[in-house]
Amino acid sequence: MTGARAWERALVVAALALACALPFALSGFRAFQFTQVGIYAIALLGLNILTGYNGQISLGHGAFYAIGAYTTAIMLDKWNVPYGLTIPVAGLVCLVAGFLFGIPALRLEGLYLALATFALALAVPQILKYFEHWTGGSQGIVLSRPEAPAGLTLTPDQWLYFMTLGVLVVLFVLSANLLRGRTGRAIVAIRDNPIAAQAMGVNTALYKSLTFGVSAAYTGVAGALSAVAVAFVAPDTFNVFLSITLLVGIVVGGLASISGAIFGALFIQFVPNWAQDISKAAPWAIYGIFLIVFMYTMPRGIAGSLKLVLNRLARASGGAGGPV
Amino acid sequence: MEIFLQQVVSGLATGGIYGSLALALVMIYQATDVVNYAQGEMAMFSTYLAWTMINAGLPYWAAFVATLAIAFVGGLVIERVVIRPVENAPILTIVIVCIGLLVILNSLAGWIYSYIQKPFPSPFPETPIVIGTVVFGAHDLGAIGVTLVVLVFLYVFFRYTMLGLAMRAAAQNPSSSRLCGIRVGWMLAVGWGLAALVGAVAGMMVAPIVFLDPNMMGGILIYAFASATLGGFTSPGGAVLGGLIVGVVENLVGTYVRFIGTELKLTVALTMILVVLVVKPSGLFGRAVVHRV
Repeated sequence: MTGARAWERALVVAALALACALPFALSGFRAFQFTQVGIYAIALLGLNILTGYNGQISLGHGAFYAIGAYTTAIMLDKWNVPYGLTIPVAGLVCLVAGFLFGIPALRLEGLYLALATFALALAVPQILKYFEHWTGGSQGIVLSRPEAPAGLTLTPDQWLYFMTLGVLVVLFVLSANLLRGRTGRAIVAIRDNPIAAQAMGVNTALYKSLTFGVSAAYTGVAGALSAVAVAFVAPDTFNVFLSITLLVGIVVGGLASISGAIFGALFIQFVPNWAQDISKAAPWAIYGIFLIVFMYTMPRGIAGSLKLVLNRLARASGGAGGPV
Repeated sequence: MEIFLQQVVSGLATGGIYGSLALALVMIYQATDVVNYAQGEMAMFSTYLAWTMINAGLPYWAAFVATLAIAFVGGLVIERVVIRPVENAPILTIVIVCIGLLVILNSLAGWIYSYIQKPFPSPFPETPIVIGTVVFGAHDLGAIGVTLVVLVFLYVFFRYTMLGLAMRAAAQNPSSSRLCGIRVGWMLAVGWGLAALVGAVAGMMVAPIVFLDPNMMGGILIYAFASATLGGFTSPGGAVLGGLIVGVVENLVGTYVRFIGTELKLTVALTMILVVLVVKPSGLFGRAVVHRV
C-alpha cells in the first residue's frame, strides 16, 4: 500500500511542476488549449462526483456549464462586476440550481435519470435563446478578455492559465478531502447500496440532492471560467454535444477517480484535434472510432489502467505488496 | 374546429413517427437494458441509403423495401461487431460505445452526403385530401397508415411466430432460454436488426416533413424518448401510444399556447419527460420493476 502511495504522491508533485512550467514553454495558443483542459477538468471532476462516486448518471451537465457561463457573462456585461467575483457567484447559482434539479432526480434511477438530464441538455439552447433580453439571443454576449493584474509580467493567455490552474488545485483539494471523509463514504455507500446506506443512518435524499448541487457547482465554476477565457458565450455552444463530451470525458478518464478528470480533460480537448489532423472530412468518425477502441481496451478508463500499472510498479520495486 | 382537427391529424402523423422510433428504443431496451442513443442516427443513415437508391432511378417502394432489408442486416451486424464485445461491461461503457456509434454515423453521413438539406420524396400524392370541410395532407394520412402496418406486422411477428416467441423469452429470462436451446446472443442481434428496420421506416416517413440532413433525427430522438417515457419503457404498445399523444400535444400546444409557439418545442418535450418521470416513472402502461434486495 505505502509503495503505491509514494508513487502516487511523486506523480502528483511532478504533474504540478510540469503544469507550472508549461505556459512558459508553449505558444499563447497552446497555453490557451491547456487552459481549456483545466476548465474541462473542473467540469469533469464535478460530473465524476455525481456519476462516478454517487452513481447518478447525468447526460445534462452541459446545462450547468451553460448556467455558470451565462451567470458570469451577464454579470460582466450588465453590471460590470469584477470577473474574479463572478466565478464564485456562478458556482453558488449552480449549487442552488443543481440542488433543485436534484430533488425530482431523487425519484429517478439509472436510465430514467439519464433521460431526464438528456432532455435538459437538449432544451438548454432553446431556453437561452428565449430569454433574449438577458442572454442576447442567438447572437450571444461578447466580453473582453481580462489582462494580468499590474505587477505580474504575464501575457493574458498565461494569466488565464494560472488563474484556471489555481482554481483547479483548490477545487481538487476540496473534493479530495470531501470524498475521503465521512461525507465521501456516505456518497459512495449510496451508490453501492442505497438501502443498506439508509439502514446505516445515511440521509439518502439529502445526500443525493446535495451531491447534485456540489457537482453542478463545480461544473458551473468551469462554465464561468470558460466564459472569461473564451470571452464569448452563445447558446449553440452549449448544445447536447457538450454534455455528451463531458460524459465521454469521465468514462474515458476513469469513473470514481479524481485524477481521471485530468486524463479525461486531456482526451476531450486533444483527441478531436488529432482526429481532425487524420481526416479533415470526417473528424467525428475518427473520434467515434477512438472512443469505441478506448472502451474495448480500457473499460475502466485511463485512471483505472494507470492504477493497475502503479500497483505493479510498487510491488516490483518495494516488494511491500500492493493490493492485488 | 377545422384547425383543431387538422392539427390533431398532423399530430397523429408525426406522433406515429415518434412512436415508431420509440418502439425501436423500447425493443432494444427490453432485450438488453440499453438505451440505444444511436437509434436516430441509424434511422437517418438508412434514409440516406433510400435517397441514394431513389435517385439512382429505383421506384419508391422498391427502394423502401431494399432499405428495410439493408437496415435489418446493418442493425444485426452492428450488434454482433460493435456491441457484443462490451455486452458484459458496466452500463456506462455501453452508453459511451453507443455515443461513439452516433458520432461515427453522423459524421459519415455528413462526409458522404454533405450537410446540405435535401428534399426527400413522399410516396403519397401531393394533393390534399378533403373530408367534409377539413383538409388533410395526404402524406400525414399515409404516414399514419404505414406506421399502423409496421405495428401490426411486429405484433403478429412477436405473438404468433416461433422466432418472436424465442426473442421474447431471451429478453425475459436469458439463462432459462439458453437452457431451452435458444441462442440468446443471436436473438439480441435480431432484435437490433428489427429495431433498425423500424427506425428506418420512421426515418423515411419523417424525411419528407423535416427534409433530409445528417442532424435531422436529433430533435425527433428526444420526442421518441418522451414517447417511450410516457408510454413506459417496458411496454411496446405503450411507446407507440405515447408517441401519438406526444405528437398531438406538441401540435396543439404549439398552435394554441401563444408564448410557446415553435421556439420552445423541445422544452415541451423536456417538461413532459420530467412530469411523467416524477409522477409515474414507469409510464402510463409500463410495469414498475421490482428489485429483490
